[in-house]
Amino acid sequence: MSQLQQQLAAGTFVVTGEVGPPKGTNVAPMLEEAERYLKGTVTAVNVTDLQTAVMRVGSLAACRLLVERGIEPVFQMVCRDRNRLALQSDVLSAAVLGIENVLALTGDHVVMGDHPEAKPVYDLDSVGLLQAIARLEAGSDMGRDTKGNENTLDGTPTFFKGCCVTPCGANVDAQVIKLEKKVAAGAQFVQTQAVYEPDAFEAFMRRVEPLKVPVLVGIVMLKSAAMAKYMNRSVPGVRVPDEIIQPLADAAKEDRQKVSTEICGRLIRRMKPCCQGAHLMTLGWDHCVPDIIQAAGL
Amino acid sequence: MNATERKPDKEILESLDGVTRVFILGCQGCPVGCETGGQPWLDEMQALLTGSGKTVTGAALLDMICNKALVGIRLGRSARQIGEAEAVLVGSCGVGVQAVGNMVGRLAVPAMDTLSMGDYQGLWPSEERCAECGECMLATTGGLCPITLCAKSLVNGSCGGTQDDGTCEVSPERRCGWQMIYERLEKLGRLDDLRRFAAPKDFRKRDIQDACRRTIRWALEVAEQEDTETEPQNAEK
Repeated sequence: MSQLQQQLAAGTFVVTGEVGPPKGTNVAPMLEEAERYLKGTVTAVNVTDLQTAVMRVGSLAACRLLVERGIEPVFQMVCRDRNRLALQSDVLSAAVLGIENVLALTGDHVVMGDHPEAKPVYDLDSVGLLQAIARLEAGSDMGRDTKGNENTLDGTPTFFKGCCVTPCGANVDAQVIKLEKKVAAGAQFVQTQAVYEPDAFEAFMRRVEPLKVPVLVGIVMLKSAAMAKYMNRSVPGVRVPDEIIQPLADAAKEDRQKVSTEICGRLIRRMKPCCQGAHLMTLGWDHCVPDIIQAAGL
Repeated sequence: MNATERKPDKEILESLDGVTRVFILGCQGCPVGCETGGQPWLDEMQALLTGSGKTVTGAALLDMICNKALVGIRLGRSARQIGEAEAVLVGSCGVGVQAVGNMVGRLAVPAMDTLSMGDYQGLWPSEERCAECGECMLATTGGLCPITLCAKSLVNGSCGGTQDDGTCEVSPERRCGWQMIYERLEKLGRLDDLRRFAAPKDFRKRDIQDACRRTIRWALEVAEQEDTETEPQNAEK
């Protein structure tokens, strides 16, 4: 059983981090940062899967590199790039590579990335992927043998399966209905889109309380007031209020990391009572993670 | 010509679960040509629904229900009967089902699966599109097609890319299909339909058989050709 699963089961408030593999083969900086700032600081580290549809080193390989360094990965899997054969195969591959956490995501559309002319796959959606993983865990797959019977796996994987939700969007109702389906399909933990509105998040948590599934609130570091305004304009379901933007706007450039770290710490302190953990997305400012945890009083 | 095949009776009845009053509407265009629709179909559906304890408030056959303007004009005389129904069972391609759903303010339930649109999205097509998936799911999505309206063709609800104004992450010029479906189901009082699990699509159904690529005219030409080819043999006998 993964550390992430154990700690959430034990009721510990969990903090997870995130790394994005590089575009190119130079994985050293990513691994150095992970070892230096995330190892021993956070419970598990998400590895993004061609985030925002930009071609990079794959999540599976980077997860294995983390395992080799004693860092527990969360294998992010998007449905954009692989059909059901490849998705199921990569789930089995993850298991044999010692990866224990998997996060099922739809995935940003290819037009968001750097290969907008590519064919988007979406053979399965996030609900279908969770069902497929659960089926693999039960010893079968989505296919049939030549006689039409269910296939039987020789050796079965076990995962701690997660999913995502946007808790503060315009249509929370639709998000909650889909989240219920994801949980019914096998999701055991939830990571959220970035949250800057603790009141709205609390209301969301009250709604999903009956699901009895641990929720890690998403915390994205704001690098500048401009970035906050960009998120307000362009990132669905994310609203950064003025009282968060203003201190960033007022801060001198060299103080921004400190201000951003304090904002993250304050958000976590405020939302800790109503959720089970925080997922930190530092967007390259991994060195801030220990300070965020301190600022959050964890 | 658009090729359709009838859905199994069981699936039609499942789609109408909880619905007691139904109006039946058939297309007199392509479904007649490919012998899935028309009057015989209408009679069978009437018997099926009545036999399952449902009330058929009325029935009609219209030419080319793929065009919603035509549908709107010509369903006028059935307005009262449609008003009495909770759902309209539609015997047509996916475009026709969507056109009806967009016009009648009732749940539009497909009675057929569309196999091939023949690169033709209906007569006078409007915004409705059919992807010929062969597993029509319009009964559970308020008559709006997630395969053609969602940029990712998702089948179980929206992704996280729905903008706060209801547009899709791929373009501000494009509405989120699942947001449209949500709003339609809300209007129909059927939001619980979103809770249903949709299985991944069977992509074998998109492999269009040669027979489905033919037009009526082409089929006639082939028949004529076969006749002339076989004539000399007959003469020898």
